[in-house]
Amino acid sequence: MSIAIEVADVSKRFRMYREKPSSLKQRILSGRVRAEDFWALRDVSFDVAEGEFFALIGQNGSGKSTLLKVIAGILRPSEGVVRQRGRIAGLLELGAGFHPELTGKENVYLNAAFLGRSHRKTDAVYDDIVEFAELREFMDTQVKFYSSGMLVRLGFACAVHVDPEVILIDEVLAVGDEAFQARCLDRVRTFQKEGRTIVLVTHALDMARQLCDRAAMLDHGVVHAIGGPDQVVREMRRTISKHDLEFAREEGSREIEILGGSLHRGADPLAGPLAPGECVTLQVDLKANEPVDDPVVSFALHDGANNFVFGSDTTQHGVSLGRVDGKRRVRFQLGPVPFTGGQYWVTVGVHSRDNQRVYHVQDQRYSFEVRQTEGRRDQTYVPVTAEVEDL
Amino acid sequence: MLGAVWSLLNPVVFLAVFSFVAKVLGASVDDYPVFLLSGLLAWNLFSVSLSTGAQSVVANANLVKKVYFPREILPLATVGVALVDFVLQSIVYFAFLVVIRYGFVLGSIWLYPLAFVALLLLTVAVTFWVSSMNVRYRDLQHLIGLALLVWFWLTPIVYAAGKMHGQIVGPEHRWGSLFWRIYLLNPTAWIVFGFQRALYHSPDANKVLAPFTAGQLGVGLCVVIVILLLLLYATWRTFFGLSGDFAEEL
Repeated sequence: MSIAIEVADVSKRFRMYREKPSSLKQRILSGRVRAEDFWALRDVSFDVAEGEFFALIGQNGSGKSTLLKVIAGILRPSEGVVRQRGRIAGLLELGAGFHPELTGKENVYLNAAFLGRSHRKTDAVYDDIVEFAELREFMDTQVKFYSSGMLVRLGFACAVHVDPEVILIDEVLAVGDEAFQARCLDRVRTFQKEGRTIVLVTHALDMARQLCDRAAMLDHGVVHAIGGPDQVVREMRRTISKHDLEFAREEGSREIEILGGSLHRGADPLAGPLAPGECVTLQVDLKANEPVDDPVVSFALHDGANNFVFGSDTTQHGVSLGRVDGKRRVRFQLGPVPFTGGQYWVTVGVHSRDNQRVYHVQDQRYSFEVRQTEGRRDQTYVPVTAEVEDL
Repeated sequence: MLGAVWSLLNPVVFLAVFSFVAKVLGASVDDYPVFLLSGLLAWNLFSVSLSTGAQSVVANANLVKKVYFPREILPLATVGVALVDFVLQSIVYFAFLVVIRYGFVLGSIWLYPLAFVALLLLTVAVTFWVSSMNVRYRDLQHLIGLALLVWFWLTPIVYAAGKMHGQIVGPEHRWGSLFWRIYLLNPTAWIVFGFQRALYHSPDANKVLAPFTAGQLGVGLCVVIVILLLLLYATWRTFFGLSGDFAEEL
């Protein structure tokens, strides 16, 4: 497969001026300028193959949007090169590529011109663009009077109708309403099927997991993880949870809340990796916001490739919580764990006995690591004792 | 149709005003409107390109910051707009020459395309430079207004270069010759000499116009064109050096 975008050792430095001289007068009067360097990107390298759906994720300020602008050619990398093949359409910011004083119709042609489309070629798709954006009665209105939703609709409609080989999407789509977002995603999937290349910057980790072929996670301007979306999203959640526990995905109606889960080795909180065959305790603290009868606490373990490996709940072990009012602590003592080397992810949840109501789920919020025994290729750990006797 | 009329309105009004001014001012030069406008139209192309071109990148910050396109389009577009005005004004001006039966002289009209090429090169070169420098130093556009004012009076548009030369150059003026030599370093002076020699041929032309024959001006303009090509190369390089950082400077 050929490469659509090649990012090779790209670094981007921004100069942060204490007092930036923005006029010749200041420049002449102030003499030497003090500036500090801020590296928004550092030695970023990766390829995006033709026809690939690639997601860039990372926390705010990690350099995702800067990287997208460098790929789009708007910013010049301070070091390294970006090579793109084919026409690139970008949805980088709200109202990008629109001139506020021009009407919607004029802006469609302006936008198409930026992508090198002739007036005639744009005529052919003009009606489709208007149709998709659902802005027929506003096309002769100046764009400065558009709402943000209208802007993003027109922007997306233009970008997808000018037949680009590569499309870059920043988080702008989040502005549209749900119906429009659904249509955009539909369109993006069609794009994918047509073999076009898509690079998406997003905070919607689950969307990235569902849609993308590959993902990269940026952290402070460096590629922290790259690969399959499941693996990268997991890495992202793990990093986030170190910084900010509120961010990992949670669901539920919250009659009962999970205050927190923790892993213990014996009586002590778990520190460092486990050895295969060690025992571990999963402790879940609950708080009922209103009295609930007979809830069930469950947990699930996933391995590094997001495969479900094991799960259980309180009922299976003959434990009933009864009527919960106030705080409770539930402890699962896991016997010798049969896992071998790798990271394991723990999901904990509280739900009703018939599973109809989910009170609170924390999806893969916690994790532990199991050490790989040096020089072994075991798939699983089986406790074995060996005996020798004379016959 | 109405659009064309609209575009012609500007040069027609412009011509009417300046012909009137010329009538009032220019007693000492025969056919003063013809003389004045031959240089002034060229100057207008230059000065309008410069003053609007300086802001061309800054004024389109929202496009530059958010979309990729070849940045050189912005200054070139402002020159293009000024060029359209120049062409329309010239058409009206030539029509005016025909109407007053002023006529053309074949022996010098060939200087016109030469002067035009030099004018265009100078305009594009300087516009490239100011549009890119103005991104970093925003007060440049005010300085440009000031510079254009001085430059305008250092160019023989409203006054007659030949008469000035007659007054300041001679054995009794110690500094006059030096000033005249410095004066001739100004490329717009040569360009305007060229336009004036190409179009103005009233009886006292040799007293009014710069003391050069058409042939000498032709050689002079060729030298100017070569120098301007180098200048254009330099400002083009400057523009491309700076244009990569426009998106973050704006």
